[in-house]
Amino acid sequence: MRKSVESNTFRTFGWDGLIQILLIGNSIVMLAPIVIMVFSAFKTNAQIFQSPFSIPDFTNVKSILRVWNETDFLLYMGNSLIVTGASIALILILGTMAAYAIARYEFRGSGLILLFFLAGLTLPLKLAIIPLFIQMRDFGLIDSRLSLIFIYVATGLPTTVFIMTGFIRSLPNELEDAARMDGANEARIMWSIMLPLVRPAMVIAAIQNVVPIWNDFFFPLIFIQNNNLKTLPQGLTTFMGEFGTDWGVLFSGLTLSALPIIILYIALSRQFINGMTAGAIK
Amino acid sequence: MISSQLTGRRLWIAALVVPPIAFMCLFLVYPILSAFAYAFYEWHGLARGDFIWFDNFHRVLFEFPFSERTINAFKHNIFVFFALMVLQNGLGFILAYCLWRELWGARFHRIAVFLPVVLSTVIVGLLWKLFYHPLFGAVNATLRAVGLGSLAQPWLGQDSTALTAIVVANAWHMVGFPTLVFLAGMQRIPSEILDAVRMETESEWVKMSKIVWPLVAPSATVVFTLLFVGAFNWFELPFIMGGVDGSPHGATDVLGLYFYRTAFGSTSASAENFGPGSALAVLIFLFIAVVSSVITIRLRKREIQL
Repeated sequence: MRKSVESNTFRTFGWDGLIQILLIGNSIVMLAPIVIMVFSAFKTNAQIFQSPFSIPDFTNVKSILRVWNETDFLLYMGNSLIVTGASIALILILGTMAAYAIARYEFRGSGLILLFFLAGLTLPLKLAIIPLFIQMRDFGLIDSRLSLIFIYVATGLPTTVFIMTGFIRSLPNELEDAARMDGANEARIMWSIMLPLVRPAMVIAAIQNVVPIWNDFFFPLIFIQNNNLKTLPQGLTTFMGEFGTDWGVLFSGLTLSALPIIILYIALSRQFINGMTAGAIK
Repeated sequence: MISSQLTGRRLWIAALVVPPIAFMCLFLVYPILSAFAYAFYEWHGLARGDFIWFDNFHRVLFEFPFSERTINAFKHNIFVFFALMVLQNGLGFILAYCLWRELWGARFHRIAVFLPVVLSTVIVGLLWKLFYHPLFGAVNATLRAVGLGSLAQPWLGQDSTALTAIVVANAWHMVGFPTLVFLAGMQRIPSEILDAVRMETESEWVKMSKIVWPLVAPSATVVFTLLFVGAFNWFELPFIMGGVDGSPHGATDVLGLYFYRTAFGSTSASAENFGPGSALAVLIFLFIAVVSSVITIRLRKREIQL
């Protein structure tokens, strides 16, 4: 009896040890490229080629300063902030409006409207890029941030309405009914009573949209040619061409571009993970 | 009194739902419907010509040189789908199982595996392009450091390895996603079921194959379907790492790249060709829609409701 217990614990320990080794190995593979990228930003070409894995002299910020001073990095970053910020604001406003109406009121066609938004979840808008291009040209929106913002809003709305409707439905009726008894109108009930309760779902919806919009490359590639309007991922490809032989500067550019979202992710990892998998987990 | 209240309520609801629906119609539904119509017209640059029935479809499917390129790209998409199924979803399932045991440090490993997912495809593509550099890249440097220098090669520069190299970069980028979706599925399995299994058998293999795998079927459905859609929409990573022509020699050409080249021109042929481009888009769209519905329906059938 005792012997079997011992062999059992040994077996679990061996198994757990194997799992731990696999996890550690995987985390090394996941993190090493990012660490090498950051290290290389502080190295000269010669150092990158001779000792790619060594810890650099972190006071050597020459490459980083070159990216900061000689490229349009800050301009691109600013454009990405404007486009992403405006898109998220519009998505949250429009998404909450639709979700609130679907979730809080009974009216004919509400089910159909929800279905309409859900159908949008599955449509790959990339494949409609030719009509979109012609449409944007007719609207005079080629080389305008608005073209990007409008597209991101349209692609972001389905998941947002989906998440927000589920959440708003789960809110209790009592507060709303009490306010209605007191004679508050519908707009006031929505604005001052319900919306403050919806904030947690808004955070999830915002995070779920912010990553793909901030990172998008495809739509700027089609709609933006003016250098002054380029977003960060798009600008990054331009600048990689210009500094093609100076690897320290290339790694500095990548590091500076990746850093904001990496820092945000480390600070809010739980919200990021919940937000980005929210659509896939029932 | 009551009727005016009712119209007021109706107006209020309309004010809430009409603007978001209008946005969706204008920038999502209308362009997609137009894409279908456009494929049946002749195009001269940006100007629409005559209605030509299925000529555009015939060209991209059966006429040289379109047909050859379509088939070449399509084969690559199929390879990408199966390779990522193993590297991304398969590995993701194993990693999810490891994290599910909640050993010491699991929280750290969970954050690490998801970190690349938040990065832009552009950053991932450019970074791995530098890593794959034949002389100065970190991949060959690693091989030399561990004494496997003979395996060092120009990963992105030769036909035999280029597509696989991009697939590996994609797996590194995205493996965290299936991992955490599977993990969430495993964490939802009621502990009573797992306790009951523990009474019956000590074998982890039996537990995983007979109990856990069937119970995470909803996660598998989502992850498989998303991978399918992603693999046949694949564009940004091959565009960054292989270039718009799918170099070398079309070895990394996929449908997304070919569609982009046909529609908007490339470095070698710079004219827009909206007719065949639209036909390609419609074909890709229909293929994705039909196959992913079949996958979803078939996988849904094996899901068990608890």
